[in-house]
Amino acid sequence: MFIAPGVLGFLLFILGPMLYSLVMSFENYPIIHPATWVGLKNWRALFHDPLIWKSLKVTTYFAVGSVTVTVVVGFLLALLLNQKILFKRAIRTIYFLPSVITGVPVALLWSWMFSPQFGLINTVLKWFGIQGPQWLFDEHWVIPALILMSAWSMGGAVIIYLAGLQGVPESLYEAAELDGAGAIRRTWYITIPMLSPIIFFNFVLSIIGSFQAFTQAYIMTSGGPNNSSLLYVLYLYRNAFSYFQLGYASAMGWLLFLVLLVLTLVVFRVSRKWVIDEATP
Amino acid sequence: MTTVVDKSAPVAPPRQRLNKHREWTASRVVVSIVAIVGAVAFLLPLWFMFRTSVMSLNDAFYVPIRWIPNRWIWSNYSEAVKFVSLGHYYVNSVIVATLVTIGAVVSSSITAYGFSMLRAPGRDGLFLMVITGLMIPAVVTMVPTYVIYRQIGWLNTWLPLTVPSWFGGGAFSIFLLRQFYRTIPRELREAALVDGANEFRIYRQIIVPLALPGHAAVAIFAFLWSWNDLFGPLIYLNSQSKQTLPIALAAFVNTQSVTQWQWMMAATLLAMLPCVVVFLAAQKYFIRGIVLSGLKG
Repeated sequence: MFIAPGVLGFLLFILGPMLYSLVMSFENYPIIHPATWVGLKNWRALFHDPLIWKSLKVTTYFAVGSVTVTVVVGFLLALLLNQKILFKRAIRTIYFLPSVITGVPVALLWSWMFSPQFGLINTVLKWFGIQGPQWLFDEHWVIPALILMSAWSMGGAVIIYLAGLQGVPESLYEAAELDGAGAIRRTWYITIPMLSPIIFFNFVLSIIGSFQAFTQAYIMTSGGPNNSSLLYVLYLYRNAFSYFQLGYASAMGWLLFLVLLVLTLVVFRVSRKWVIDEATP
Repeated sequence: MTTVVDKSAPVAPPRQRLNKHREWTASRVVVSIVAIVGAVAFLLPLWFMFRTSVMSLNDAFYVPIRWIPNRWIWSNYSEAVKFVSLGHYYVNSVIVATLVTIGAVVSSSITAYGFSMLRAPGRDGLFLMVITGLMIPAVVTMVPTYVIYRQIGWLNTWLPLTVPSWFGGGAFSIFLLRQFYRTIPRELREAALVDGANEFRIYRQIIVPLALPGHAAVAIFAFLWSWNDLFGPLIYLNSQSKQTLPIALAAFVNTQSVTQWQWMMAATLLAMLPCVVVFLAAQKYFIRGIVLSGLKG
């Protein structure tokens, strides 16, 4: 009885719509007219739509970049914040703060930051004698720009890493030090294996999150220039609510779900090789 | 903050500091400087936003950029508020976010109690099922829910934004609270049962008070999520009178020939403010929430 709200919520707002969506993906449903069954037509069209491939490519590029930043740079940042630094509390707060500011405000702020002439990014680059690119207006720089922007909000992952770092027994480091292991070897042979479940967790979370990115592209670039930032969800949104191809959009949604499912399973499989469970230290 | 992180660490052994860090002083300073430089870099965007918000547009378009405004124009804020009638959207966002937050806390609290304390056949299977909700991209359910809401006449009302949160508050909230409940010793509940308390009394008088930090964390996440949600209002609402803040902000991009960056940054800052305040005020709950959901995931 207590679990009723959660279970009902799942059935009504997730499982039900999921199944309905699967049905819709076999229909032609231009919203103003009733749906008609078209079999595999949407699914076949999916594979022949160049923009699907383009958006998958763009999204993968963005995901690889932002996952790498979150997992690798986030890890290094956590190592840094785990040192005995001065003003520890205040400094950590500053790194975490941007991760609570999300959505449209961040997108607006960063479109201004990336302004080629008046923006902060190119100003800072100029200090180092670098002539910054056109960022959001340049096909080749728009995704790197979005990746850089995602780095600003990696605080959540860093918090998780830090918690994990505090759980690594000091005695392991001391033993390694006695054996003559330097800081880098201690990190490689102790910290990373001990933290592998957490690295894995951040990795999966970050993949799922970045494949669903939407706001940046919708607000900052509208998918441009020349569809070079047409993130998958943005294209899905357009199919559903600009072109009103609800059936096609449903097929797209399911394709994304399947892609993520396969990715997650692959990651789980691979992780068995290198993630060290607490049970087998 | 650090203490909170410490507490949630699995087994924190007493650390023996072998006089080691006195020798470390030089490297400690170097590491601190690196951390501080990074922190300044993380703060720069916020300063850049703030200084733009109190500049004239000419000033903002000055090259090389000015770090301090020539003239401080505080009226940018009232202009920005007027420009997109921000106040109205602000009120809408507050109402929606409040309803979502209350709904998520109440319903996820009850659901998580069921999943962690009560024994029933198939309980863990159901839990696993609900948790898979975490894996399902919101966009998959977006199209069908749109069609359903359209059929039952919910479009252009706040119901699609708020009602779902009253049904469990999402897999993440349930998962998070269940993690909190599991840290409460079972004996407490059993003792209360022996004393003749019923489930509702146990839940209300023992479990909820002990898991208040967990509820705070769920409230913070629900609030932040709802406050920043763009997709929901974008799809389900079309009349200006019902729209929420993210849509009003998006209007800055679309409606002008020359972007009024100074107003846009002022409005952006106003929109961020509640999130920043919530974070600074309740940082430890926020962090503990993230940690608990992450560590045993």
